Amino acid sequence: MSLVELRDASATLDGRTVLAAVNFVVRPGELVALCGPNGAGKSSLIRAALGLLPLSNGEVRLGEAPLQRLSHRARAERVAYLPQERRIAWNLPAEEVAALGAPFLKPGEALAHARAALAEVDASHLASRGVAEMSGGERARVLLARALAAEAPALLADEPVAGLDPDAQLLVLDRLKTRSRAGQGVVVSLHDLTLAARYADRVVVIDGGRIVADAPPSEALSPQILGRVFRLNGRWLDAPEGPLLAASR
Amino acid sequence: MIRSRLTLLLLLAAAAALLMAVVFGETALSGAQWREAFGDVSSGPGEVLWQVRAPRAICALLVGAALGLAGAVMQGLLRNPLADPGVLGASATAALAAAGAIVLGLAALPGVVELSALGGAALGSTLLVAFAARVRAPEALILFGVALSSFAGALTALIFNLSPSPIATAEVMNWLLGSVQNRSWIDVLWIAPGLALSGLAAWGASPGLRMLSLGEETAATSGLPMARLRLVALVAAGLATGAAVAVAGVIGFVGLAAPHLVRATVRGDPARLLLPSALAGGLMLAAADLLARLTPTDQELKLGVFTALVGAPLFALIAWRAAREWRL
Repeated sequence: MSLVELRDASATLDGRTVLAAVNFVVRPGELVALCGPNGAGKSSLIRAALGLLPLSNGEVRLGEAPLQRLSHRARAERVAYLPQERRIAWNLPAEEVAALGAPFLKPGEALAHARAALAEVDASHLASRGVAEMSGGERARVLLARALAAEAPALLADEPVAGLDPDAQLLVLDRLKTRSRAGQGVVVSLHDLTLAARYADRVVVIDGGRIVADAPPSEALSPQILGRVFRLNGRWLDAPEGPLLAASR
Repeated sequence: MIRSRLTLLLLLAAAAALLMAVVFGETALSGAQWREAFGDVSSGPGEVLWQVRAPRAICALLVGAALGLAGAVMQGLLRNPLADPGVLGASATAALAAAGAIVLGLAALPGVVELSALGGAALGSTLLVAFAARVRAPEALILFGVALSSFAGALTALIFNLSPSPIATAEVMNWLLGSVQNRSWIDVLWIAPGLALSGLAAWGASPGLRMLSLGEETAATSGLPMARLRLVALVAAGLATGAAVAVAGVIGFVGLAAPHLVRATVRGDPARLLLPSALAGGLMLAAADLLARLTPTDQELKLGVFTALVGAPLFALIAWRAAREWRL
């Protein structure tokens, strides 16, 4: 059973091919890391899966249904999205931002979901604070809480740890891993290959809009792939906390 | 709690401003004249009170409310504290359409100037949202709005330039300066339904305005029908701007200042901002009109001139604060 599936999906952006015949699937209970160099097509894949990037060929299915046949609400009930953009236009309190993850619940219920999600990301103390008064890391946690509050079966997160300090990066990925263990299908695009190897059940490597590997981390991030796709001379070291990438150019 | 207290306070203040606008005027009424005004509405004092002061004060209040509402909707829609029908050109396109109707001699036909202003505001608002959908940077939108406003202003100047009739030119000029002088109950009938419909539309679009706080892509994947909500918000802003310009000409900065004044009390929520912003706009314009009337000058100060004198420095202040926020 798949939660999100791209079948033979191709897309162009300003005349440039950003996805080329991509086949991609997310199942319940797995955390999939999407890795690739800058401009490889990670964000395009996520945006295509959400219907934000129209396909020139192929199709997206959410559950059993083609995305195009689903209403906006039905799509949101199947997939939650955490974009890379963290700008919030107004100084809303954190709990109200998190409550926007559940726009179809009654206000009181949405707020309860929001508070639970804030607690999940260790941000209960921020609940009534305005987001403009927060650090980048705090705002990232609040926005993650919004995506968690949606309680959708699948969650697509576009570079959720970009720009965060190491502690915040581990917190975000810990929480996403916990969600995947509880049955959610989680996709995260990541530049940090050590974090990808440590947290992902499966790594999908994308380059030039094409999927070049889709396998468990040790296989998808093999020295050959590291050299061919990332132009890195790399090897994996075993550490008690998990695999550690040692690499040079 | 804070918001309902604020709403009550603004309602009371607006009622007080309305009362003062009816009580005070160029002609001071004696006790006997007050009794006469209430006893016989067709008497001289009755005319002053019920046919001159009351409709003018109510027009000022409702026009201000429409501008405050339009400003709040535009700021929410464009996620930009500098958005306002005047700054972004919607008032200018409304004014251009109305000026065109006056110069073409259509002012004699009832309702044509007002409908032209509504159409012009709708066109301006549509152009703004079309631009905002393609270009996300708030600075770029402000520049586009300034360009739109300048272009509509240039076309209005062209109308002046080519107008064959000095009377029509004077009429357009007078109207462009913005005023609620000599407004009647007919004008109240233009602005009141426009404001009511706009308020309803804005209320309907408010979940979308709140969701847009998180950006276009988050809103697009939130499950809300954003295309429809955006259109409804656009109709609300265009209708409120058009109705305000139709009745009072171009009055700047109320739409900018009113949301700004009350935003902190609703913790920035664009949905909960709508009612307090409309009330604050109404109160501001009712008070401004009273001050304009009571300022001892040979020629009565035009309301649009008065609000621009106060509003332009405020705009600079908000721009300065907004620029700091954009650096986040």
